[in-house]
Amino acid sequence: MSDLKVLNFMRYAKVAAITSIVLLVVSIGSLAVKGLNLGLDFTGGTSIELEYATAPNIEQVRSDLVAAGYPSAVVVAYGADTDIMVRIQGDAANLAEDVSQVLNSGEYDVTIKQASFIGPQIGEELRDDGGLGMLFALGVVMVYVALRFQFKFSIGAVAALVHDVIIVLGVFSLLGLDFDLTVLAAILAVIGYSLNDTIVVYDRVRENFRIIRDMTVPEVINYSLTQTLGRTLMTSGTTVVVLLALFFVGGEMIHNFATALLIGVGVGTYSSIYVASVILLAMKVTPEDLMPPKVEVEGEEFEELP
Amino acid sequence: MNRYPLWKYLLLLVVLGLGIVYAMPNLYAPDPAVQISGYSADFTVDEKALKKITTALDNANIGYKSAALEEGGSALIRLNAIGDQLSAQRTIEEAINRGTNQGDLYIVALNSAQNTPQWLADLGAKPMNLGLDLAGGVHFVLEVDTPKVVNDRLHDSEEVIKKAIRKARIFNTKTAIDKGALVVTAETQEAQTQVATLIKDELPRMQRKSSEENGKFVVRANLAQEAIKEIEDLAVIQNLSTLRNRVNELGVAEPLVQRLGRNRIIVELPGVQDTARAKKVIGKTANLEFRLEAKPDAGFSQRQKFNHRQEDMQARTGGSYLERRPIITGESVTNATRGFDQETGQPQVNISLDADGGAAMHRATRNNVGRRLGVLFIEYRPSTRTVTNADGVEEQIVEQVAIKNIISLATVQSALGREFRTTGLSENEAGELALLLRSGALAAPMVFVEERTIGPSLGAENIERGILSIQLGMFLVVLIMLAYYRVSGVAANIALAFNVALLAAIMSPFATLTLPGLAGIVLTVGMAVDANVLIFSRIKEEIAAGMPVQSAISTGFDRAFTTILDANITTLIVALILFGIGSGPIKGFAVTLSIGILTSMFTAIVVTRAVINLIYGGRDIKKLSI
Repeated sequence: MSDLKVLNFMRYAKVAAITSIVLLVVSIGSLAVKGLNLGLDFTGGTSIELEYATAPNIEQVRSDLVAAGYPSAVVVAYGADTDIMVRIQGDAANLAEDVSQVLNSGEYDVTIKQASFIGPQIGEELRDDGGLGMLFALGVVMVYVALRFQFKFSIGAVAALVHDVIIVLGVFSLLGLDFDLTVLAAILAVIGYSLNDTIVVYDRVRENFRIIRDMTVPEVINYSLTQTLGRTLMTSGTTVVVLLALFFVGGEMIHNFATALLIGVGVGTYSSIYVASVILLAMKVTPEDLMPPKVEVEGEEFEELP
Repeated sequence: MNRYPLWKYLLLLVVLGLGIVYAMPNLYAPDPAVQISGYSADFTVDEKALKKITTALDNANIGYKSAALEEGGSALIRLNAIGDQLSAQRTIEEAINRGTNQGDLYIVALNSAQNTPQWLADLGAKPMNLGLDLAGGVHFVLEVDTPKVVNDRLHDSEEVIKKAIRKARIFNTKTAIDKGALVVTAETQEAQTQVATLIKDELPRMQRKSSEENGKFVVRANLAQEAIKEIEDLAVIQNLSTLRNRVNELGVAEPLVQRLGRNRIIVELPGVQDTARAKKVIGKTANLEFRLEAKPDAGFSQRQKFNHRQEDMQARTGGSYLERRPIITGESVTNATRGFDQETGQPQVNISLDADGGAAMHRATRNNVGRRLGVLFIEYRPSTRTVTNADGVEEQIVEQVAIKNIISLATVQSALGREFRTTGLSENEAGELALLLRSGALAAPMVFVEERTIGPSLGAENIERGILSIQLGMFLVVLIMLAYYRVSGVAANIALAFNVALLAAIMSPFATLTLPGLAGIVLTVGMAVDANVLIFSRIKEEIAAGMPVQSAISTGFDRAFTTILDANITTLIVALILFGIGSGPIKGFAVTLSIGILTSMFTAIVVTRAVINLIYGGRDIKKLSI
């Protein structure tokens, strides 16, 4: 063993548990009361085709609409270069007139070509499928972790993952950020990231349980966390750097994606240190949990591969 | 210690070389282009039309790189600037589609023309397809009216059972359709039993239930849930293939026609900007009519003259007279395929009809052997005409014109039934006829439930920003790795560069790059170094624990491997499930993530090891730069 200075992470287990519970309660509360600010992908809305006398500046149109109180309006070029399409939430009968009035007030001459309501059905279907799929994915991951590690570990990993997803959703709900398809993709990426992080820590715990005999369980966990801390920070660091590049440079359309992932990586790093390990402690994990012969044989088989 | 055998280095070089070659086409930006094609297979763009197009472009001062005819009778105009695409499309439309009474003759579609060098194209390398959000285009979701199909089937069954009841001479029964069930009401219990037996024999796939209601004896028959699902599936599948044919008519580079859920279909047309037009072609209601050729002595009120769709046939005959009354319409056609005569090997078209259609066809043809049977193809084309309105302003009006053309006129050799064939066609003609017959027979009506358009300039902006953020992100990651791990960081960075090249090479042939996909690549770049970080921290630990450098390297790689494997497999499980359930953007993201996990594992473990071995392997080292 090296002369590594072991950090006593578990001393703050209670503080962490309380923090997590508070965050979860606030998130779930906000989701229940405020809900998510679902984007057009999910809610449907009105699509208005407009014709300009002269080709308009799309950026200008976008900012005009935001200034007029339509923050979620999507403006795209369409058809000839004098045509644009505005997609906007809501289905009020005079929505199209209101929008064209806003745009007409400037230097442009705008006429409405067509306005139609787009149904949200796709969103509903996707939400249902997505929800089911996520449950299924969680199930498979639990089985895998239970096979490679042990049942208690799979509870811990999935709990950490659910913890992260709920908090990211909660922050989106609290801040009223637009939840669109790209954010859904980001949430899915958070799941991947959070799992990745947790498994790395668990892997070290498993290894230390097997080779260290003279430490208590909390000590082994502290020791493992300390060993992996450098790696955890380094990986989070590089990922965050890339996400910051996306956040600041990537443009309007991936801004929310980057935001969701930045929150997710932050929470994911914290949860792999605290949530995942505290749950192991809470479930009274022991080195004996990892001793069934089947698991060991499998572990060694993999170690010989490279 | 820590040396790879020569073959391992060579193998790596080959893999990486291939990766670079197949990733290369992505470096050549495509030209914005406009593609012009004829509305049907026998109507092509010729030199004369091309001349018209180039003259119009010259007059409008729109610069283009090249204008050339392509195989398959279409023309491709490569433009200088993406901003010219829409105005070029409009100019060409005006030049070649105005002044005809046959609707628009040409399809003018936005396109992007690849610039992959020939030697790369010969190797089969091609750049990644760009999704709608990056290339611009339209996205439709259509819903197939499956309840109607199921209901139609019930009505068919009602007819069948009515006929059977009449034949079995069971009197005083009433049939009706009620809440998705076929209900037969009889006066006596004996009749009820007879009816139940008839239903069992004639409609074996229906579930029966006999009961007594208000003194009457009732048999209710339902379609089994699986039967309903099968009917729906068939309808959706037939609509899918019809849609594919129609979308091909639009001449779009990489169209996507895909089933979504139980009864929806997604259509994505990259590069197409004119939703109204695309909707017309996709949602057009083509139909068929089978009519006998009019007898020469038939009066005017009984005959009607039509043009032939095939140009040479039209030139030879100047049109043919058909009877006014159709025998059957396209709804009766269940399938049409091109085949070959088993004896002569001549191409032919096999046509299948439903039961009623077959009976009607039999009645009409059994006494008319020797006469000719014509097939009329009826399609609705958008036609744009310019009118001057009351204010003296020129206005463009798009309207639907029904075009009826004869696609086949063949002599009836014998009485026809449910299955028959048409011969005497060339191979291409047979293929086209089968396709027309199929597309004229749409299984179930469809409605548009969603449409979206993304402009090409917005797409270009997305790519530009996405690439800039990838470059910046990668640059920063490289910098951090160098600063923190020094020489070993160099090895990790080489691995990272190969990771991106491999990812691009693997994704290019089949994956479609979307915005979330692009973000997935960026994320992979960030997370790809994770495996290296794991390995390096492990090596550091082993050295700190007093292990000699060479064995620390070897142990570090070995020990870290289990961790990397576990961590990546769990993430891979999530990615694969996402791929399975997700649609569109989610799928794109899942593909990128899965491939990214695999390539980053390979490069981080194998490539990094190779570079480290090259630098440090087989020497006596006291200190490792890590």
